[in-house]
Amino acid sequence: MTDITLAILSTIGALAILFASIGILRMPDFYLRLSVTVKAATLGVGLLLICAAMTFPDVSVTTKAIAIGFFLILTAPVAAHMIGRAAYIQRVKTWKGTILNDLEKEGQLDCRKEDF
Amino acid sequence: MTLTTYFDYVILPILTLSVILAFIRLYKGPQIFDRVIALDLIITIGIGIITVYSIRTSQEVFLDIAMILALIAFLGTIAFSFYLEKQRNDD
Repeated sequence: MTDITLAILSTIGALAILFASIGILRMPDFYLRLSVTVKAATLGVGLLLICAAMTFPDVSVTTKAIAIGFFLILTAPVAAHMIGRAAYIQRVKTWKGTILNDLEKEGQLDCRKEDF
Repeated sequence: MTLTTYFDYVILPILTLSVILAFIRLYKGPQIFDRVIALDLIITIGIGIITVYSIRTSQEVFLDIAMILALIAFLGTIAFSFYLEKQRNDD
């Protein structure tokens, strides 16, 4: 029973990571690549860590797996936000099919003039 | 089919294929931002590979390295974005 659960969880995790990789290769735009990558990869690694916590009957391994998962969930959106903000400030082009850009309308983040 | 064989012949090849696909984007990437997120994705997949390998070999010590790798990936992406945000492209 535990083996079947482990097989199902690890399969879903590995497939999520594979979809993240296909997404980073096939998406037409930097922002779409960023949006695909972070969420799917975090989900996949989290599922694999749940597998590790279920395999070892030890409290320390469970604590380590929870710590790694918590750290990933905490830091991946922050890193994605920072790199996306840097890319927008450096005027990375959006895809030609992008129809909504709120920052362009508001005139925000046009901060290349100020020296900050 | 035991669980060990399943990890060997299904899960680890899928993760290896994912690393190869992300490495193609790291090689091609038109701008440096694409390369930064491809590197971040490769390190994240590396954490997953270390986890699967520690399940496969029943060595729980490998998870410590996965924790350190998660921390280093975060610091690397933050450092890259910190400096890329300040660069000026005088064209």
